Amino acid sequence: MPHFPKPAEGSWTEHYPYLGTGPVTYEDSISPEHYELERKAIFGRTWLNVGRVEQLPRVGSYFTRELDVARTSVVVVRSADDQVRAFYNMCRHRGNKLVWQDYPAEETSGACRQFTCKYHGWRYNLEGDLTFVQQEPEFFDLDKADYGLAPVRVETWEGFIFVNLDATDTTPLRDYLGELAKGLEGYPFDQMTQVFKYRAEVGANWKLFIDAFTEFYHAPILHAKQATSAESQKLSQVGYEALAYEIDGPHGMVSSWGGMSPPKDLDMVKPIERVLRSGLFGPWDRPIEIDLPPSVNPARSPVWGIDSFLFFPNFMLLVWAPNWYLTYHYWPTSYNTHIFEGTLYFVPPRNSRERLQQELAAVTFKEYALQDGNTLEATQTMLESRAVTQFPLGDQEILLRLLHHTAREYVADYQRQQSGALAPVGATS
Amino acid sequence: MATLPGAFADLEPFSDWCLEFEHERYAKRLSSNMEEMQAFYDAAFPRLEAAMEYLDQYELGALPDDAQHLLWLCYSLVNVSFPVEVWRQPYVPDSGAAAMDVVVEPAV
Repeated sequence: MPHFPKPAEGSWTEHYPYLGTGPVTYEDSISPEHYELERKAIFGRTWLNVGRVEQLPRVGSYFTRELDVARTSVVVVRSADDQVRAFYNMCRHRGNKLVWQDYPAEETSGACRQFTCKYHGWRYNLEGDLTFVQQEPEFFDLDKADYGLAPVRVETWEGFIFVNLDATDTTPLRDYLGELAKGLEGYPFDQMTQVFKYRAEVGANWKLFIDAFTEFYHAPILHAKQATSAESQKLSQVGYEALAYEIDGPHGMVSSWGGMSPPKDLDMVKPIERVLRSGLFGPWDRPIEIDLPPSVNPARSPVWGIDSFLFFPNFMLLVWAPNWYLTYHYWPTSYNTHIFEGTLYFVPPRNSRERLQQELAAVTFKEYALQDGNTLEATQTMLESRAVTQFPLGDQEILLRLLHHTAREYVADYQRQQSGALAPVGATS
Repeated sequence: MATLPGAFADLEPFSDWCLEFEHERYAKRLSSNMEEMQAFYDAAFPRLEAAMEYLDQYELGALPDDAQHLLWLCYSLVNVSFPVEVWRQPYVPDSGAAAMDVVVEPAV
C-alpha cells in the first residue's frame, strides 16, 4: 500500500509509457564508443551550466572552465557593457591557451581590464576584440578586426550561466530548460550567496553518479549508519517513496519528504545536531520566508523536504525545505571517470551560530557524498565485467530510466543526422 | 600557537584544533586516533552552546583573533562529531579510496 498517491496508470513509470518497465542495460555507461558519441551528441550540443553570475561581481571579473568532454576550455567574463560573455580560451595568434595561472590545465578566476596572452603579448578587450599585436608591422595584411576571440554562446537563467558549444543550435536556454525550470523562476537564488563547493574525481561514468542522486531508494540502506540506530531501523522497514516525479522532455525531478528539519523527535538525530539545530537537511531555522514557485513541492505536501531537479545532461539543482539549495555537476573525463562538483548555497549567516549550522550541513554533505562516490567506482567495475547485462529498475528509480533513455536518444539522433549528412557523399562515390 | 578567549582557557590544551581551513581540519581528523578525538570532543562539546553565545556578541567577520580561533575550534568539533558520535573510526565507513576536496569555502 503506497504512502503517497501515484498516477492513475498505477505507477510513475507507466505514466511515461515511452520509458518502458522492462530491465535496462548500462552499456551506455561502460562503452568507450558510446562515450565518444556522447561527447559530440550531448555535450557538444546542449546547454551546460558553468557557473553563477555571483562569480562575476563586476566588470572584468572572469573565470575559466575546463571542458575535457569537449576537449576545450572557455573563459566567461563580465564585459565593459555589463554583459556575461564567453569565449574559447584560446589566443588567435598561435592557439596558446589565453587565461591560466601556473598550471595551464587548471581552472582559474579573477578580475582584469583585458586579456593578455602569456606567449607573445597579444591583447583582447573584455568584448573579445583583438586590441594589440606585438610588433604589428611584422605581420602581413593583418586586420585586427578579423582576429577577435572566438565566441561561445552564453545565456543566463535565474543567475545560472550556461554555455552551448553548438554554434548552429538556435534554441534559447529558457526554451531548452522547459517547464520545470519556468516553474522555478522567482526562487531567491540570488539571496543565497554563501558558498561551500566540493570537488571529487570519481571512477565511474557520469550518468552512474547522477543515478545515485536521482533516487532515494538507496538512502535508508547505504546511509543507515548516519542516523541513530532506532531511526535507521524504522527507515529501512518503511523504505522510500517519493511525493512526486515530473518529467518534461529530457529533464526530470523528484519531490521528497523529509522530516529532519527540525525532526519530530530529537532522539532521531545526533547530539551535535541537537545543539546546533542543523544537519543533512540544513539549518532547522529558516533564514528567510519564501513563497515557493510552482515547480517546488508540486504535490504541495505538508511533509515536503527536498526537490531534486535534473536538467539534462549534467546539472542538478536541489531545493531544500529550510530555504537553501545545492547544485551537482558531473563533468566527464572519460567513459569511466568524471569530475563531480557539489556546491551548497546558503543565505549569508548573520552570526557565528548560523555559520556553525551551515558548517554542520556542509560537513554532513561530504560524509554522505563520500559513501555515494565509493559505491560507484565498484559499480562501474562490475558493470564493465559484463557478467550480467540486464538490470531491473523499480518505480522509485524512474529518473534513471529517463537519463539513460535520453542519453541513448541523443546519440541515436546524432548518428541519424551524421549518416543523413554523409549519404550524398556515399551516393556520388 | 592559537590562543582562545580567557573564558575558554579550559580548551587551550586542544588549541591545535584551531584550524582555518577545512582541508586542515579533515587532515587532522584522519591523522588522529579515536582516543585523541574523544578527548577533544568530551572537552569541547559541553562548551559548544557557551561558545556560540560568546561568539554571538561579535559581528561575524569582525571577530577578535581569540574569538576567531574559538570559532575554528568549533568547526573542528563539527568535523570530529562524525567519527565520535557515529562512525567510531576516523574515516567514513565504506568510503575506501574516495576523496572529496573543498574548493570554495566561506572566508570566515
